Amino acid sequence: MINYIWLFMIASGVTAAALQGRIDLVTTAALTGAKEAVAVCIGLISILVFWLGMMHIAKDAGLLEKLAKLLRPVAKLLFPTVPQDHPAMGYILSNMSANLFGLGNAATPMGIKAMEELQKLNPNPTIATPAMCTLLALNTSGLTLIPTTIIGIRMKYESVDPTDIIGPTLLATFCATTFAVLLDRYYQYRTWNK
Amino acid sequence: MYEIITTISKWMLPCLVIFIPLYALIRKVPIYESFIEGAKEGFPTAIQIIPHLVGMMVAVAIFRDSGAMQFYLQFLKPVAHWFHIPDEVLPIGLLRPISGTGSLAFVESILRTYGPDSFIGKVASTIQASTDTTLYVITVYFGAVGIKRSMYALKVGLWADLAGFIFSLIFCSLVFL
Repeated sequence: MINYIWLFMIASGVTAAALQGRIDLVTTAALTGAKEAVAVCIGLISILVFWLGMMHIAKDAGLLEKLAKLLRPVAKLLFPTVPQDHPAMGYILSNMSANLFGLGNAATPMGIKAMEELQKLNPNPTIATPAMCTLLALNTSGLTLIPTTIIGIRMKYESVDPTDIIGPTLLATFCATTFAVLLDRYYQYRTWNK
Repeated sequence: MYEIITTISKWMLPCLVIFIPLYALIRKVPIYESFIEGAKEGFPTAIQIIPHLVGMMVAVAIFRDSGAMQFYLQFLKPVAHWFHIPDEVLPIGLLRPISGTGSLAFVESILRTYGPDSFIGKVASTIQASTDTTLYVITVYFGAVGIKRSMYALKVGLWADLAGFIFSLIFCSLVFL
């Protein structure tokens, strides 16, 4: 599916630019896109180095196991295919907690670490496992308690009450996440239980 | 309620940064060496993501900047009218899953034009806040470990984005109208 979306975006972009007689737009856009992507990765280096260091201490101290034990019921429900004492559980749960409390920066390294651990359980390292898909469903649906970025922007535009969107945001993100998890379950069942 | 949550969020990071090493030292972990050991992985992981992210963001930029996106939006407008969705929030819904900064630019222009306390400003803010950039998350997480076949993860992410968009409209209408 990703192949089609990728080609669709490029092909329709090139066609649209050509029809307007502005084919130069494509050249500029391609270079801007590549530059933005590398900038994002460079920005990720500092965050990854710092948080992966911190997480390693937490792992050595047995903190991740503690967290996994504490939240075992939730984990069992969401990730039935991962062994309960597997280190992946600790990382998955730290990733979810970081997301909930608006520590977006910390959530990415923890999520990547969780992916690496899940990859160790994967019999075929190029194909995603059900647990990986569930982790992604939780992350792409953006479950959070405090939408910090948008509140900051609303303040910048001098909103009288920048935080009044929190209520509807929480409801919407909670419903979207629930929907994502259920849909993930459905596809999981359909793909692996044939 | 909001104050409590923001305070927790503000204190979370400093507390973690002191609590983790302190607890580890009590458990006799050589904390500094352990930190370095883990931190080493940061650089290669970030580098590993570059090709995936460049590939994805180039395609997104071409789609966004060439006018192709505006073209497809035209066809969505009648559908949007049918459901009483304001025209202005459509680009946000379409861009949100593929480019976080791209949709944020549209949110900002709405806040500038209509004001952050207008209904449309609130809807735009809620849509932006209630979901994440699916394409980016998938690219980074799967790219970091070398997954090539993402199975149904993209489908689930995109449906969740649509659900987030619709739920944002519903709850904003219920709360603010």
